[in-house]
Amino acid sequence: MGISRRNFCKTVAGSAASVAVLAMMPGNLMAKWSDKAFTANDLAAAIAAKYGSLPIEDSTAIEIKAPEIAENGAFVPVTVSSTIPGVTSISIFTPANFSPLVASFDVLPRMKPDVSLRIRMAKTANLVVIAQAGGKLYRVTREVKVTIGGCGG
Amino acid sequence: MFDPDSPLIVTNGVPSVYGNFNRHLFMNLSRREFLRILGFAGAAGLLPGLASATGASSDLYDFGRFGDIRLLHITDTHAQLMPIYYREPSMNLGLGQAFGRPPHLVTEAFLKYYGITPGTPLAHAFTAINYAEAAQRFGKVGGFAHLKTLVDRMRGDFGSDKTLLLDGGDTWQGSGTAFWNRGMDMVEACNLLGVDVMTGHWEFTYLEEEVRKNLAAFKGDFVAQNIKTKEVAMFEGAQAYDENTGHTFRPYVMKTLGKHRVAVVGQAFPYTPIANPSRFIPDWTFGINSSDMQALVDNIRAKEKPDAVVLISHNGMDVDVKLASVVSGIDVIFGGHTHDGVAQPFVVKNAKGRTLVTNAGSNGKFLGVIDLKLGDGGVKEFRYKLLPVFANELPEHQGMQALVNKIRAPYLEKLQMPLATAGSLLYRRGNFDGPFDQIICDALRQRNDAQISLSPGFRWGTTILPGQTITMEHVLDQTCMTYPETYARDMTGQQIKDILEDVADNLFNLDPFYQQGGDMVRTGGLSYRIDPTATMGKRIDNMRLEDGKPVEASKQYRVAGWATVGSKSPGEPVWDTVAAYLKDKKTVEIKKLHTPELKNVGSNPGIDLS
Repeated sequence: MGISRRNFCKTVAGSAASVAVLAMMPGNLMAKWSDKAFTANDLAAAIAAKYGSLPIEDSTAIEIKAPEIAENGAFVPVTVSSTIPGVTSISIFTPANFSPLVASFDVLPRMKPDVSLRIRMAKTANLVVIAQAGGKLYRVTREVKVTIGGCGG
Repeated sequence: MFDPDSPLIVTNGVPSVYGNFNRHLFMNLSRREFLRILGFAGAAGLLPGLASATGASSDLYDFGRFGDIRLLHITDTHAQLMPIYYREPSMNLGLGQAFGRPPHLVTEAFLKYYGITPGTPLAHAFTAINYAEAAQRFGKVGGFAHLKTLVDRMRGDFGSDKTLLLDGGDTWQGSGTAFWNRGMDMVEACNLLGVDVMTGHWEFTYLEEEVRKNLAAFKGDFVAQNIKTKEVAMFEGAQAYDENTGHTFRPYVMKTLGKHRVAVVGQAFPYTPIANPSRFIPDWTFGINSSDMQALVDNIRAKEKPDAVVLISHNGMDVDVKLASVVSGIDVIFGGHTHDGVAQPFVVKNAKGRTLVTNAGSNGKFLGVIDLKLGDGGVKEFRYKLLPVFANELPEHQGMQALVNKIRAPYLEKLQMPLATAGSLLYRRGNFDGPFDQIICDALRQRNDAQISLSPGFRWGTTILPGQTITMEHVLDQTCMTYPETYARDMTGQQIKDILEDVADNLFNLDPFYQQGGDMVRTGGLSYRIDPTATMGKRIDNMRLEDGKPVEASKQYRVAGWATVGSKSPGEPVWDTVAAYLKDKKTVEIKKLHTPELKNVGSNPGIDLS
């Protein structure tokens, strides 16, 4: 079977967000902009490097779709969406990394704040998602467990 | 749906529901139940000793009828076609919110919670109290021919067109015959039994093409909202029930019962590719997917306008209790996986109403029966019984027994091969160890010349009474699966500790969504101390070898085991290891269980060390 129509459409649609993000990252300019945030070595510093000192509140209006226990740590599907009005940025951090910022998405006014990515996880860790709307940051945390597996049932 | 505003009253530890449920019905039932059982035991002379109870058996199974529809539920039969013994656990710890809550109640605590009289058949069915003695008195349980008689009776009493038989899965694995027939024998048995809808777990330890072949022969519907075909696999041409949603199987099915329509949603075991080898079903991805579940239930309610929405789930009881609290709109969750014989539904309140959560035991020992009164798009009242299938009280169904005999005939000689005599009660179920696991661990160490052995904490496997001959069939009951190969390899003390910590977290993580529903890995030649209440990585210490020497983190140890999930192990199937060990032994007696030293669980009602 070749590419089904559904898959083709879905792939194209799914790329929209990442294409938009990439389009916003022309070479050197982008590297400069994200350098500090992507190399900060603890969570608070990474958030501060990315967003400055904006106030943060925990939110139930951000949904992280990710497995509670990863089937394969090398390939963990994560989807983040938000119903907070006026979201302009979504970033995914994990404090377990030497550099906690994993990915950051700029959300343009006509984009739906709904992004998907695959991440690689060596061990159990929290995902911390920050969404920016107006002058405020919203946060949600979710643990993804990576297990040795195999002794249940 | 249930009315969210009516208060939930807990009386005498048993959650009872007021408001839209009929309070009198619920309360009176347990009292009537009590009287019935007393009558049953008394009339049959069962209290003083073994006697024929034929004349009185109608009491136990005389359910009457109530409401509009009747749903019957079996789960985790593990391919036990013949009557067996199955001892319920005396150790089933509940921590945090699960402390003292069903299903984490054992022996006397269980009887007290549900108001069941000690010494009665029900007390025996639900608990491990005086197990060997009571099992001799009340006889074997289950067996598809006896189960069929009970199912037919429950359907006939109510009017067959208004009943459904649901199967929660783990049906195609657990016996030699199921293994040799790759589950197809169980499909035939379930077709004859009349299973209408099922979901699965160990079903997926066969190859995808075998699963599909078996399902093509299955006359009922197979449902699972939480199995999806991976996108990459679909790109390569893998099959899906719905390419748009990715569902590998139908997520739900609508059933018409009389003038009512019921949606039956399926939830397969969410961690199948983690707890079992993913190599058999590489194209499928699982998960609890609770937000998908909510969206699906909302969609069904809007589109189908059902009179009730029920879920057959292989999540395990604690996961189902949490699922029922975060997803609303499901009337009843018929649960399995954790093999808990839960006498009454546990009532969980959620955003829009409440959900009943049941768990119907294992090995064909129980049949769950719920009668529902429906109206205005929801369940108004219910009546539930988890009926033990006492083989002595239910005559064999001739057709089913003939099928079972036909399935077994080619293998009978092998199944009945005597290996040794049980010098003491042998079983598996329990959080940390069971005597039969100890045999497996001892056999693994001896045959592989290993210092330490590891055996998974499965919850299937039947019970053998003292004095009974241990046959090859018993060994297969405990070991039969599609990845039985053994190994012996060197591991560091740290690696062994990591395994123990990992499995302990699967069992004792305070958030049920992170639990996998098995018991602790069994160890041979290794003792340890565990604090189940500690956090991941901090539960295990004081690991020692058999001679008392401490296990050192950096030192290598020879470890034997079986059932590897990652890749196929090189050794013989574990049943050959155990059979050879037993033949040598002639009589096996397990005098003391290798239970680890326990910390911080002193007064837990899920523990009875007597």
